[in-house]
Amino acid sequence: MSQTIFAPWDDPNEKPLIQFKGVTKRFGDFTAIDNLNIDIFEREFFALLGPSGCGKTTLMRMLAGFENPTSGSILLAGQDIVPVPPNKRAVNMMFQSYALFPHLSVWDNIAFGLRRGNASKDEIADRVEEMLRLTRLSKFAKRKPHQISGGQRQRVALARSLAKAPKLLLLDEPLGALDAKLRQDTQFELMDIQEKTGTTFVIVTHDQEEAMTVASRVAVMDEGRLIQVATPSVIYEAPETVYVADFIGDVNIIEGTASQSGDKVEITWAEGEMPIRGTTAKTFAPGQTCHFAIRPEKVTITTERPDSANMLQGRVIDIAYLGNLSTYHVKLPNGTMMKAQTANTRRLANRGITWEDDVWLSFTDTAGVLLER
Amino acid sequence: MNLRRFFLIAVPYLWLGALFLVPFVIVLKIALSDIALSIPPYTPQLDLSAGWEGVRSFFADLDFENFTFLTTDDLYWKAYLSSLQIALISTFVTLLVGYPMAYGMARAASEWRPTLLMLVILPFWTSFLIRIYAWMGILSNEGLLNQFLLWTGLISEPLTILNTNLAVYIGIVYAYLPFMILPIYAALEKMDDSLLEAAEDLGCSRVTAFWLVTIPLSKSGIIAGCFLVFIPAIGEFVIPSLLGGSGTLMIGKVLWEEFFSNRDWPVASAVAIILLLILIIPIILFQRNEQKQREAEG
Repeated sequence: MSQTIFAPWDDPNEKPLIQFKGVTKRFGDFTAIDNLNIDIFEREFFALLGPSGCGKTTLMRMLAGFENPTSGSILLAGQDIVPVPPNKRAVNMMFQSYALFPHLSVWDNIAFGLRRGNASKDEIADRVEEMLRLTRLSKFAKRKPHQISGGQRQRVALARSLAKAPKLLLLDEPLGALDAKLRQDTQFELMDIQEKTGTTFVIVTHDQEEAMTVASRVAVMDEGRLIQVATPSVIYEAPETVYVADFIGDVNIIEGTASQSGDKVEITWAEGEMPIRGTTAKTFAPGQTCHFAIRPEKVTITTERPDSANMLQGRVIDIAYLGNLSTYHVKLPNGTMMKAQTANTRRLANRGITWEDDVWLSFTDTAGVLLER
Repeated sequence: MNLRRFFLIAVPYLWLGALFLVPFVIVLKIALSDIALSIPPYTPQLDLSAGWEGVRSFFADLDFENFTFLTTDDLYWKAYLSSLQIALISTFVTLLVGYPMAYGMARAASEWRPTLLMLVILPFWTSFLIRIYAWMGILSNEGLLNQFLLWTGLISEPLTILNTNLAVYIGIVYAYLPFMILPIYAALEKMDDSLLEAAEDLGCSRVTAFWLVTIPLSKSGIIAGCFLVFIPAIGEFVIPSLLGGSGTLMIGKVLWEEFFSNRDWPVASAVAIILLLILIIPIILFQRNEQKQREAEG
């Protein structure tokens, strides 16, 4: 049985669930969202990623109905929802602070939204029990929010926002208050719940690792604009701009001038250094300024001169030991710092490279990406 | 270490003992005595020079006669009931006036809040008595209120407000309003705004969100405010005697008259003891509310 890849954004026949059409939001003189267009599809796990103040939270609050766009329209399943107040939207939100009602038990918190509808008592009870099972909270139904742990509170908030079976669930930094270990577990739990319920999730986060882990597509935002919208692997491996490459993960950026022949490019970047050889599908004018971005894990570090398309010599200045990985900060003769990362497959004592060692850095001609800006 | 802890705990107990328990015992003792034409105006006096016999005869002379007397004259229980009624109604009115004010303060922009808080506390800078006298000037037949209403043409005859129960209500609500506003404001101010957004997001209108979230979350403030108004209002003396009329029956006034006009210290003390017993119930309830709130926060 062949697995169909979930990629509705590549299918022109697919109708988006949410459409932002030329949405602008201003607060006084400050433009939070600048003429933004975006399509989000059903069953997607869509991540809005960016530094604080980039407009991602404003975008989410507009979806929830707490803010109205200054201009433009927001369509949910083809219908403009701008005039619809938040309590009438088939959209639910999980708040960053969780916003659990402290005077109500876990059970009553989850039932809160259901009681606002026309559901009968039995229907509400069934639905709440189902949500408790889904989020593994059955044992805590009678507790008050202050009597459970942070991770459990997070699950109550999720259960409460999912209880009404919204078309769209918004998650505002949902894992921000959890510690690193719990966060990882919860990320997978979120993905699992998203798959089980088939709800469309839009998550706001400033944690790129979180966005990469959970999302089907990531939108990188800066200053109210979308910089790139793509799957996590495309965002990581083929960033379109230096900003995206730099924002997601670690990267070495080398600025130089390009001279292209076919899909091969030679980048002259420093006097006395061999030009860097790269591959690109783009066209660069001869002498055009370009940026060569390469991830540290794609740079090999050796003590012996290797045989590779690109070789650079330098000296180890610093070693960041992360347990499973080590990142070497290598200074090239012209002062440029390069990062190279290796997996620590051998015990510490058996590794040959240490501080102040002269080393070779090498990478293939397809390892890096060429960026115009 | 244990000794240190003992002294630490002993301080508040000594304080309470010296300033609450001892005076209470003295008042109780007077309540059990009889009126006499002497200084002080009651008997028996404890005569320690007579030794053991003196103490025995002293205790033998104490009786509950004054408490029995309180039940024979309907003035007293009517005064208690009327005080309860006035205190209950004015507490309720204070809540109705105070809640919106506290709510408005808590929702105001944060840079305005200290100023608003200041304005609520500002009346305390003037003597309580002077402020009540000022109300006499406002409410009297030739007072500011009547002059204003006559001037606007809303009324042709001055309204009689001063020396009625209405004036007492106005006085109590005015005087105790800050005690209602402050605890409610404290409860509302720490409420997270995202709770209201969450309620709206889950399908509440603004009004339902207020009833289902804001009111329950300010409940402890409402209860604290009500007790802080009700407890002093029930024994209030200054307001009913200055603003109330001859028809205003309040236990504080009765107590004052027994003590200073009739110079019947034993009966006045008995009235005070009963008032205290009546107040113990709401005081205990108030304490339990405070404790429950602390537990919920802890």
